[in-house]
Amino acid sequence: MKVRVKLLKWLCVVAVVGVLAIGLARTTRADDAPKPDPSGTATGNRTTVVDAGGTALVVSEPAKLSDDDAKDPAKKKAYDDALKAYADFKAQADKEPLAMQLADAVGHNRVAINFTWTLVTGFLVMFMQAGFAMVETGLTRAKNTAHTFAMNFMIYPMGMLGFYLCGFAFMFGGMGAIGTMGGFAGLNHEITVHMFGHDWGLLGWKGFLLMGKEPGGVYDTAVFTLFLFQMVFMDTTATIPTGALAERWKFSSFMLYGCAIGTIMYPVFGNWVWGGGWLSQLGANFGLGHGHVDFAGSSVVHMQGGVIALIASWMVGARYGKFNKDGSTNFIPPHNIPMAMAGTFILAFGWFGFNPGSSLAATDLRIGVVATNTMLASATGALAATLWMWWVRTKKPDPSMMCNGMLAGLVAITCPCAFVSAGGASILGAVSGILVVESVFFFDKIGIDDPVGAISVHGVNGAWGCLSLGLFADGTYGDGWNGVPGKVTGLFYGGGMNQFWAELIGCTACFVTLAVLTFIVFKVVGVIVGGHRPTLEVEIGGLDIPEMGCYGYSGMVMDKEVETPHPKGYSNPAMSVPGPTKTPVSTH
Amino acid sequence: MNKIEAIIKPFKLDEVKAALAEVGIEGMTVSEVKGFGRQKGQTEIYRGSEYTVDFVPKIKLEVVVSDDEVDRVLKVIQETAKTGKIGDGKIFVWPISRAMRIRTAETDEAAV
Repeated sequence: MKVRVKLLKWLCVVAVVGVLAIGLARTTRADDAPKPDPSGTATGNRTTVVDAGGTALVVSEPAKLSDDDAKDPAKKKAYDDALKAYADFKAQADKEPLAMQLADAVGHNRVAINFTWTLVTGFLVMFMQAGFAMVETGLTRAKNTAHTFAMNFMIYPMGMLGFYLCGFAFMFGGMGAIGTMGGFAGLNHEITVHMFGHDWGLLGWKGFLLMGKEPGGVYDTAVFTLFLFQMVFMDTTATIPTGALAERWKFSSFMLYGCAIGTIMYPVFGNWVWGGGWLSQLGANFGLGHGHVDFAGSSVVHMQGGVIALIASWMVGARYGKFNKDGSTNFIPPHNIPMAMAGTFILAFGWFGFNPGSSLAATDLRIGVVATNTMLASATGALAATLWMWWVRTKKPDPSMMCNGMLAGLVAITCPCAFVSAGGASILGAVSGILVVESVFFFDKIGIDDPVGAISVHGVNGAWGCLSLGLFADGTYGDGWNGVPGKVTGLFYGGGMNQFWAELIGCTACFVTLAVLTFIVFKVVGVIVGGHRPTLEVEIGGLDIPEMGCYGYSGMVMDKEVETPHPKGYSNPAMSVPGPTKTPVSTH
Repeated sequence: MNKIEAIIKPFKLDEVKAALAEVGIEGMTVSEVKGFGRQKGQTEIYRGSEYTVDFVPKIKLEVVVSDDEVDRVLKVIQETAKTGKIGDGKIFVWPISRAMRIRTAETDEAAV
């Protein structure tokens, strides 16, 4: 057994080193490879000057016609027209050198605006880490606060470093030119298979450790900016399972999960949707609308996190005392409602970075609509959840469900925020508020313990968000999205079912892929650390001292009897939880 | 000497303290406790889990007095802490065999 664990640990190390070695060795050194710009002085010039409609100022020389194409009269005419336009522009440009210098400055400033936007919204999303930590800690018990908060704290650096090592390279290694931030095209290696007459992008393979200032490298300031922005999105996914697994997850197991999330679990599906992979090409390849569209990440970020949370929670098992033998649930009180609600506000604030920032461009003025749609969905989500609890379910407005409802609305609007109207945003937000309440009750009924509702908020509503784009997209934005001409339109606005099918395929792929990856990772981690759960004694007494070595609230007297229900219906209650329960329950 | 231990409603503490001061009781010990008597708890529900709120917060007030003061103190506490509704509380009297003031080492009646 010890040999097996040692072998497994070394296997993981070898795998990571191997991937890095291959990735770093493959940096192309051709002179015509894109030249990275680490200082930022060469990013943004006259070529990045476009008008509001996207028409470029600079006319470039048309590509030379091959001899075969020259025989086609239509192609020859198009080439001749383009050549004349280029010649006219060049003649004018040569007469006005000052205008061209000004164009360089304007182009640099345009790109600078977009850099600023992307970075500042990225900083807002980073602050959401605090929001998640506060929501999760507030909705769980005082005896575990140091541990719960520490998980949410450490997931930030752990996820980031994994993403820096190889996750970003896997996800965005083949995304192509970073259009809004200067057009650097160094992320140009996508592992592709050719099947059924189409290319299927599977994984990127460029940008490991953000290295290389020679041509072919990625030490470019636009790449770094993109990395920061995408990293904070990855960390949002990474922190979702800590909520579903709170109060019974060994810190060692959590840390190994932290190694896996940024490196491999998140980037695979992410590449398929945002890295130019096959899900984004469902429209171009198979005519399914604009392919799987996800503006800010209902599926890439939230549904991924929700699926990981679901499978992991199922594998690790419920908290001691949550479920009785007959399946009914016991009350485990949230210890700090103000913390949970303040955390929810922090998340709602950070979402103003999450959604509008995903344009990667302040020059794309749709951001006003995006931000407002985000806000509206959060409001209707909170209200719908509150009223549903009050009038239908428990006959009292429940603060924890107010939080879950607002967050569900935000998760659901994340995918369609750029493509729907205010009415659409409000309606789908309201649906998500009701959906999250029913989902929480559902998972309780099937025996999945989710202390903070993470699976319901992020998993279920992440899927709803994507599907709702297929319904509510109103055709006012998104011309050319994923390489498909025309604006993104859903069923209710005459777009037919194709967009909906593309979203459904994407959500299904998300569920299957993340379920498999989570299962593998948690099986391997379980072998390495010898089980995910602490002993029953530790779980009942509180994880803070045994796991973290310090109290979350030192000096406070805690009523552990009220906080820890004992499951009813078992002759030996200790047998109600899976895992190492050999230690008899002691009294504290 | 006797210890008078009174379980009272928390908002009555200031009134009882003032009333005891008027009859010459200048010292006491107070702790926050939870309890219930014959009143039943109510059932609440949190996200699908039912639970009963049995324990109600109370204040336990302890004061040690000499034998001749017991009746007067009992009367004062009972009249001040009473609201007429259930949950008003109870008073218990314990015999105290010895007592000592730590600062001066005075014992028994002089220490009270």
